[in-house]
Amino acid sequence: MDLLNALVAFANFVMVPALAYGSQLALGALGVTLIYGILRFSNFAHGDTMAFGTMAVVLVTWLFQSWGVSFGPLPTALLALPFGILICMGFVLGTDRLVYRFYRAQKVKPVVLVIVSMGVMFVTNGLVRFIIGPDDQRFADGERFLISARDFKEMTGLQEGLAIKTGQALTVVVAVIAVAWLFWFLNRTRTGKSMRAYSDNEDLALLSGINPERVVMVTWLIVAALATLAGTLYGLDKSFKPFTYFQLLLPFFAAAIVGGLGSPLGAIVGGFVIAFSEVMITYAWKKVVTYAVPERWEPDSLVQLLSTDYKFAVSFVILLVVLIFRPTGLFSGKSV
Amino acid sequence: MTLRDASLFGLVGLLIVLTGVMQSWNLALQVLNMGLISAIMALGVNLQWGFAGLFNVGVMGFVALGGLAVALVAMPPVAESWRVGGAGIVGSMVVALITILAAVWVWKSRRLSRAWRGWLVALILVVGFIIYRTLFDPARDAVESVNPALQGHLGGLGLPALVAWPIGGVLAAGAAWIIGKTALGLRSDYLAIATLGIAEIILAVMKNEDWLARGVKNVIGVPSPLPTAIELQERASFAERFVDPVTASTLTVKLGYSLLFTVVLVILLVLMQLALRSPWGRMMRAIRDNETAAAAMGKNVTRRHLQIFILGSAICGVAGAMMTTLDGQLVPGTYQPLRFTFLVWVMVIVGGSGNNYGAVLGGFLIWFLWVQVEPVGQWLIGTATAGLPEGAFKSHLVDSAAYMRLFTMGVLMLLVLRFSPRGLIPER
Repeated sequence: MDLLNALVAFANFVMVPALAYGSQLALGALGVTLIYGILRFSNFAHGDTMAFGTMAVVLVTWLFQSWGVSFGPLPTALLALPFGILICMGFVLGTDRLVYRFYRAQKVKPVVLVIVSMGVMFVTNGLVRFIIGPDDQRFADGERFLISARDFKEMTGLQEGLAIKTGQALTVVVAVIAVAWLFWFLNRTRTGKSMRAYSDNEDLALLSGINPERVVMVTWLIVAALATLAGTLYGLDKSFKPFTYFQLLLPFFAAAIVGGLGSPLGAIVGGFVIAFSEVMITYAWKKVVTYAVPERWEPDSLVQLLSTDYKFAVSFVILLVVLIFRPTGLFSGKSV
Repeated sequence: MTLRDASLFGLVGLLIVLTGVMQSWNLALQVLNMGLISAIMALGVNLQWGFAGLFNVGVMGFVALGGLAVALVAMPPVAESWRVGGAGIVGSMVVALITILAAVWVWKSRRLSRAWRGWLVALILVVGFIIYRTLFDPARDAVESVNPALQGHLGGLGLPALVAWPIGGVLAAGAAWIIGKTALGLRSDYLAIATLGIAEIILAVMKNEDWLARGVKNVIGVPSPLPTAIELQERASFAERFVDPVTASTLTVKLGYSLLFTVVLVILLVLMQLALRSPWGRMMRAIRDNETAAAAMGKNVTRRHLQIFILGSAICGVAGAMMTTLDGQLVPGTYQPLRFTFLVWVMVIVGGSGNNYGAVLGGFLIWFLWVQVEPVGQWLIGTATAGLPEGAFKSHLVDSAAYMRLFTMGVLMLLVLRFSPRGLIPER
């Protein structure tokens, strides 16, 4: 029995990956929930918007690398991030101008907007594959680890190592900054307040002189920034592949619904709930359990509830449970 | 059908004939066969969206279940696998079923307080899961180790291939019942997300449960209801009649499938036209247009939604089973949401939702475009880059031409939604 090693193994294989993944999910789900709150539809193109923004970051990163620009131990992608966000903002505003604005003016039913977003999804998906191709792209450089497993073992003398990748640490730091800024913006600035007012009651907001087109524009800008951030951090942590980003749509929606659609705080909590359950249910606990229990009880099997191929199933089951027992989500978002 | 509709169908027919004349008749028949299957999928989605306004983005899952049904029904059983693991797998499934039923029964019983019920349900689920895994794991390993290069699964029932088609529909209907029970009655976006999820899960199960249908190792050699091309060539009476028996045999087999699929499509189309014009169809459209009013007239909106959701999914399942029979193999890796869910949606939207002929037309037209945009795109890019010097940029552009079709489909869908939102053949 060795509780300390068990704790380190738990931190290494569960805590750290789930924290990073949860931050990425939270950023993505925030985008989904903001679109839902302000524009009032579920944006199926969100995963592909994220892929588009990340693609822009990757291309700018390659440009910088070819110039020999680097950011010391940090990945060059961080320098490219502002440019990627700008490109993504331009793209998103373009789609709004060309596609969504027409339907907004007509006041169509939300489900029509969802179908329209499906069309945008196709176009974006095709564009991304056309420009960068469907393959895996790695663009992380700089130091690979903040703490590598071997250094940790040498420092502490424990059997188990704790490795923290730069990408993971960056993810958490950047996500905290982005979320803090977003909440400050929504709660303290005039534009942010008008966004919340518009989300709560459209007619009242219009009566008090809020310009809806401006609110919508600011929302798209924020969503583009969040999507690019989430995509780049995910890509730094794992790798960039357009199809994977498309598939992230499901955990995003799961996180946003679990937290309560339209509620930013809910999206963050939902992101972590989904991430931790995915990692914990698909992790083989054998190592942790072996350290944590007396020798006689050591397990023979992997002590894995579900194979990792079923991680989508986990977010889906949580989604279903929430839909059945609490359709408005944990933080009482909008629901009809 | 008006003259305009008929001429639109004539146009698509002409496109397929032109493919035959200009490219090859084999390709033309391939387009026709997949067009027929696509038309059936589009009918299924049209039933849900056009008749009832239900937003199903899990078409891929139901199509894949249809394919699974073919593997489970038409393949011959593997006696050895059944001997070593059959009892364990069947037993574990029974345990799982009993556990779920018991949990639901306890949760619904009114004798205990809410907190007690919660703990009891959790206890039942945990105990049930442990029993299930202890029964299931060794049985699964035993089955998967039976001749893994060729079998390693339980095999099917060895029934005729055509029986698998309706069973594919039944399997898809079962999945639709589960999902409909939970997600219908909530707001429409939730159904969309729930179906998106179930499709991914169905695919995950099909890719990973090797004992069921070999997972990503694929089931090949699925029995065909028609004689295969090779059997035809070996038949002396057939081979003597043609100058080129190889081409003749492949064309004959494809034509045979076209006939079979046309029969299915016509039956479904007639049934759906009858349904659309019946009181039931009018009720469905009334519910779609105003749920509150329909509910006030005493219609059980949720039950009707569940009914039509199951029927539409079953049609998608039948189409999926037909597709696997046509391919002669089940390859879970080829099922992709863009191709099997969202493309079907493009078919329905472009063809005209709410109109069965529109959905069928959309199925043929979009499938034709999906097949032909790629060579056209390659030709366009080839022409456009002909003047460029050889190099990485040019080869990148030429390689990327394949993704033109996603882009084209998206643009087509957005254009139709914007300028002709009711589709090519609008609802009447």
